[in-house]
Amino acid sequence: MTNIITTRDFKSNAKEALANKTLQKALTHVEAGFIGKRRLAMEALPEFDQLRDNARDIKNHTLANLDAYLEEYEEKVVASGGKVHWAADGEEACNQILDICRNVGARTVTKGKSMIAEEIGINDFLEKNDIEPVETDLGEYIIQLRGETPSHIIAPAVHVLKEQVEEDFRRVHDHLPVSRNLEEPESLLDEARKVLRAKFLNADVGITGANFLIAETGTSVIVTNEGNGDLTQIVPKVHIVLASIEKVTPTLDDVSQILRVLARSATGQEISVYTTFSTGPKRQGDVDGPEEYHVIILDNGRSNMIGSEFQDMLRCIRCGSCMNHCPVYHAVGGHAYGWVYPGPMGAVLTPSLMGVKDGGQLPNASTFCGRCEAVCPMRIPLPKMMRHWREREFEKHLNPASQRWGLNFWAFFAKRPRLYHLATSLGIPLLSLFGRRKGYFKYLPLASGWTKYRDLPAPETRTFQQQWAQREALKQGGAK
Amino acid sequence: MAPKVALFITCLVDLFRPKIGFAAIKLLEDAGCEISVPVAQTCCGQPAYNSGDRADTEAIAKQVIKTFEDHDYVVAPSGSCAAMIKIHYPELFKDDADWQRRAVALSKKTFELTSFLTDVLEVEQIDTHLEQKVTYHDSCAGLRELGIAGQPRKLLASVDGLVMEEMKDSDVCCGFGGTFCVKYSDISNAIVSKKADTINTSGADLLLAGDLGCLMNMAGKLKRQGSKTKVRHVAEVLAGMSDGPAIAEAKK
Ligand code: SF4
Repeated sequence: MTNIITTRDFKSNAKEALANKTLQKALTHVEAGFIGKRRLAMEALPEFDQLRDNARDIKNHTLANLDAYLEEYEEKVVASGGKVHWAADGEEACNQILDICRNVGARTVTKGKSMIAEEIGINDFLEKNDIEPVETDLGEYIIQLRGETPSHIIAPAVHVLKEQVEEDFRRVHDHLPVSRNLEEPESLLDEARKVLRAKFLNADVGITGANFLIAETGTSVIVTNEGNGDLTQIVPKVHIVLASIEKVTPTLDDVSQILRVLARSATGQEISVYTTFSTGPKRQGDVDGPEEYHVIILDNGRSNMIGSEFQDMLRCIRCGSCMNHCPVYHAVGGHAYGWVYPGPMGAVLTPSLMGVKDGGQLPNASTFCGRCEAVCPMRIPLPKMMRHWREREFEKHLNPASQRWGLNFWAFFAKRPRLYHLATSLGIPLLSLFGRRKGYFKYLPLASGWTKYRDLPAPETRTFQQQWAQREALKQGGAK
Repeated sequence: MAPKVALFITCLVDLFRPKIGFAAIKLLEDAGCEISVPVAQTCCGQPAYNSGDRADTEAIAKQVIKTFEDHDYVVAPSGSCAAMIKIHYPELFKDDADWQRRAVALSKKTFELTSFLTDVLEVEQIDTHLEQKVTYHDSCAGLRELGIAGQPRKLLASVDGLVMEEMKDSDVCCGFGGTFCVKYSDISNAIVSKKADTINTSGADLLLAGDLGCLMNMAGKLKRQGSKTKVRHVAEVLAGMSDGPAIAEAKK
């Protein structure tokens, strides 16, 4: 897998995505698969909005006291026999993981689903260092076979059609009989399970992400639907939890409240099939569990968001609901966004983590329809933060000169009503005259961005202000 | 006493379809309002605001506040312009106590047309006639920032002869997004194409919405596709002004 960053090429990525028929077919599953299920789950729970408020408040409180909760968490992890490693950036996190692996002479590492692992590019890094990473989440496994990155934060292979998966399985699992039937999705799942079982047993280290880190107990929590995370963290000798700083949550009670909105927002389930808690290594008398328990806590730019206008983004619990409801995501899919985090949450988070110079395209690619904010269980004001990024970009003169020029020209008039009315009262009737015959323009100089795909309705006649002024003048005249 | 209403005409209505302004005035006058149209208005500032140009946005917002703050009410035939004044102006001045006070005061008396008619003036029904199957698109800002969904439908339901054919996903964006539609024309096209499909399969002959930007986008796409569906602002129908060319139609 290669993590080439193409955030700056969002536009051309999008164009390619729109022309890709297979992708377009796969993308229809996003709307069909997620939206209705979420709606049903929400309707079945009248207090859903109240729970969203609670979840938001819990995270706000946590972020306001983040250092204290992180310290408490570390203390508890150490007390239960584990170790916490603080990583300022991806490179540091990768090296910490490599050290742990080398210490036990690891050859293979199984992995549960983790977006932080994608963020730091751990698979590439391990491979370069002769350690084989094996994805155990079905979606992640599929894209690993294909040499791709996830295109969705909870459904990494949502851009792949079932037929393509079958092809990949036949290509890679060439030790299995050619005549086997792989038409049903279940048969694909079964086959992946069988192949993965052997890998689970051979792995030296298991890496999982974390949906939450509980400060009061030093526990990491993962939610999955396949149970692969459990095998990843229980079977190998070493368990590494890979998480970012904002995953810490004060108490078990807080976590259980947020869990109530997480699965419902993500997949419409009341709760995910597996919610797994792990605290420290195997204790005396435990039947299973790892001998070593490590937690890597990654910052990678997040602490800079604290106290900034982007702090609210750190409430995100990675449910994916914002992208599931995003018309832009529906149109272009996740890879067009050019890095790990797609959709509205990516449009805010990506520039926060890599800077507005590289990530600034993403917050521009939004109609501000507001559907993401409307469905976000953590009530994150995504459009508002995208607008803040546009402001930063504008301040730094990073947007194209033609755009700035056009905006300046327009603003000059918009701020001078008299001039504005003079200009429009001359221009509009003329335009109206040209468009009179058809009522629309198929092409108009300077408006090709519009007329490339749609006709431009012609102005009716004169401006409203012109007509109104005349009507008022007549009235006055009549009253005399 | 008749409520004094200042019409915020919106730049698009001023330039492209003055008829919507006159329809709004008729509806408001029929409901007993006294209308004025301040001359010193141009635009609410959204193009600058959504492009990250804070300085120009603030200058334009101050101009709008000064022009409109002395009226009882400000009404706009657009959810997105009304939301700009109602929701975003107060936020814009959160570090400037004096202007924020004035922005909040203006916010309280600013309304989108159909919500002003139903929520404030408590208009229950409209005395007009239109024998047509219509479908209604919920424009995003009006819907999600101002909660406008029931109001236009309620008024439309009272129009004699009118049949409502709801399209699928009427609450999904049409892909306009202001400058988005030209900056990201490929994506905008994908979104509006989907919207055009749902409009065409709704079985309606006439598409209505409350925002001219969205209407021009959808009308332009339908026209390009050769669709027979006509497009109008909801105020035109309510004011009984559905004669004359629809949006993007030739003058007879
Ligand atoms: S931003 Fe909100 S909706 Fe999007 S993934 Fe995060 S929590 Fe979910």
